[in-house]
Amino acid sequence: MTRPEHLRKTELGEPVTLLEAISEALFEEMERDDTVFLMGEDIGTYGGAFKVTRGFLDHFGRQRVIDTPIAEGGFTGAAAGAAHMGLRPVVEMQFMDFVSPAYDVLTNYIATSLYRGAGAQPLVVRGPVGGGNRGGPFHSQNVEMAFFHTPGLKIVYPSTPYDAKGLLKAAIRDDNPVIFEEHKGLYRAPGLREVLPPDDYVVPLGKARTVREGQDLTVVTYGATVHTSLEAAGRLSEEEGIEVEVVDLRTLLPLDDDHVVDSVKRTGKLLVVHEDTRTGGIAGEIAMRVNERAFEWLDGPILRVTAIDSPVPYSGTLEDYFLPQVEDVITAARYLAAY
Amino acid sequence: MPSGLGTSELLALFDGMVRVREAEERLEILFRQGHVGGGVYRALGQEAGPVGAAFALRRRSDGTGDVLAHTVRAAGAVFLFGGTPLEFFRQYMARATGPTRGREANVHWADFKRGLLGPVSPLGTMVEVMSGVTLSFRMRGEPRVGIVFYGDGASSTGAWHEGLGFAASQGCPLLLMVEANGYAFSTPTRMQTRVASFADKAPAYGVHGVSVDGNDVLDVYAAVRDAAARARDGGGPQLIELRTFRRKGHAQHDAQEYVDAAEILAWEGRDPIDRYRDRLTAGGWATTRELADRRDEIHHEIRAAAERAIDEPLPSGPEALLDVYTDFQVPAPWTRFPEPTPDQPSRLAVRGNDAVTPLHPMPGPLSP
Repeated sequence: MTRPEHLRKTELGEPVTLLEAISEALFEEMERDDTVFLMGEDIGTYGGAFKVTRGFLDHFGRQRVIDTPIAEGGFTGAAAGAAHMGLRPVVEMQFMDFVSPAYDVLTNYIATSLYRGAGAQPLVVRGPVGGGNRGGPFHSQNVEMAFFHTPGLKIVYPSTPYDAKGLLKAAIRDDNPVIFEEHKGLYRAPGLREVLPPDDYVVPLGKARTVREGQDLTVVTYGATVHTSLEAAGRLSEEEGIEVEVVDLRTLLPLDDDHVVDSVKRTGKLLVVHEDTRTGGIAGEIAMRVNERAFEWLDGPILRVTAIDSPVPYSGTLEDYFLPQVEDVITAARYLAAY
Repeated sequence: MPSGLGTSELLALFDGMVRVREAEERLEILFRQGHVGGGVYRALGQEAGPVGAAFALRRRSDGTGDVLAHTVRAAGAVFLFGGTPLEFFRQYMARATGPTRGREANVHWADFKRGLLGPVSPLGTMVEVMSGVTLSFRMRGEPRVGIVFYGDGASSTGAWHEGLGFAASQGCPLLLMVEANGYAFSTPTRMQTRVASFADKAPAYGVHGVSVDGNDVLDVYAAVRDAAARARDGGGPQLIELRTFRRKGHAQHDAQEYVDAAEILAWEGRDPIDRYRDRLTAGGWATTRELADRRDEIHHEIRAAAERAIDEPLPSGPEALLDVYTDFQVPAPWTRFPEPTPDQPSRLAVRGNDAVTPLHPMPGPLSP
């Protein structure tokens, strides 16, 4: 059976969006390994709320593309059972905001399984996250920090189509449970479209990437704020001659602090930018690790630019205030550069 | 006997109930002697359910049989599925030689070769997990079933509902065994649910439900045999209520003051082992003397296993660092310098029906 036309862009040398990159990764992993199967709400007949799995049901059939009841705990738990039996389930949360009913099984069961001697849990829980789309409190959250504190889980959050495809393939092949966050604002962002290599590449988990080099300060970020930070860095370079190094974490757990520390040792200054809320955000952990490992190299305070500590508001004026903006990054980076 | 079982099978059921009773009585002694951390959980008076159920299933040691998700009150089923008293004592006493090498307690351990999948403490979760285990049987066309034990309390959890809803909608070959033993810790059944019988919940999910005398090992056997046949035939999940009674507290620390002593006494009169012994002797299947001899033999087998486990070592502290991930070892605290090295390579990374394979933790932790 031939591949559906809309999943052949890379094969034909055409650029893809981040969403298309994710669809290609899922499709290719399912073709490569028949133990990979999908579960989620409205992913089969409808093709998923964001159409990530459009055409999958016809191609792979109901055994491998399962439309589930609205029971995130139930089907995530079922994924755990299937993983015990040698399958590799990929579970879609329609919006990652709805992962909370599965929090119990993810933290108490799945994350502890290997440690408890009940075997590895090779499964992926993936879905859309993030704000900026006027989705309100329940269609906009970032969920990484709800799971960051759970040993046994890995957390991945790509910012480009290339990384999204390679990281998702790596996550599916990983023997550990992976939370895979996809920023819905990046899904179809035209500026991110890129031509991907036609070969079967993976991007290893646990490795950060320097996306822009600079010597004045380091910005550590991930997801959508990689692009916020890059825009700020570009303007600071052009308008003020400040050269910002931007590091994209890509994997949040385990955290690649070797990469962060290496950059900070060269620039002496660190700004952490994330779209998630401030208190208990990853900036705190990164600051602590840099403090432990690079204290003598610091020439200024470690600062952060994040969302405010509130639920995600609906109104555009409120949400724009809630979210970290390019101007915020510029203000903080300028302050640090002059410190 | 109406069960259709022959003499050796009937006696195996007797042995199964006696084995778990003897093992738990030995455990109480070990607990008083300070050899057991955590708690000791007794199935006193409930032995017939897990033993009768496990006996009705396909037990294999090569990973092709039925899968049991037991609870702490179902150690009798664990033994029938191939778990040994030695493993049981090692696990309760947190020995390095035990199935989880001291990581987890009591019957919380798994071995997919033998079809054993121990629980996590929020027991309703196991219904969700077993729905996925049995989904895999259906997907692969394997004639296997799963069986999950839980109690009155787990029946109230959202996980139970979500798990059964998923299993029912997918037609998974899953047997749900609710041991209705009167109490969830100290909470009586009437405070748990308004239904008269947990089997009454079955029709709401479109699944077959039945209630049986949980203190009659042959009734349980027959009910599970029939339910497993229906599930294997594509009949989907099957719910079986075992009417029984927990004659001890939730765990050793619980003096059960909330239970009327007369009620406990009444259930002592319905003890599943005594009843079955009388039935076997009355039917001429065995003499009282023969059964006493069998019990004596099991008593010594259990005692020998416990004594062997007592002498075995506890895990070394740094082994706590192993097996959080398959490919990444979490860092030791920086204050413990030089960094301690775990004594043994990991061997816990079993997945599915694969053989137990040693893991080699990735050198060079990524963080301090």
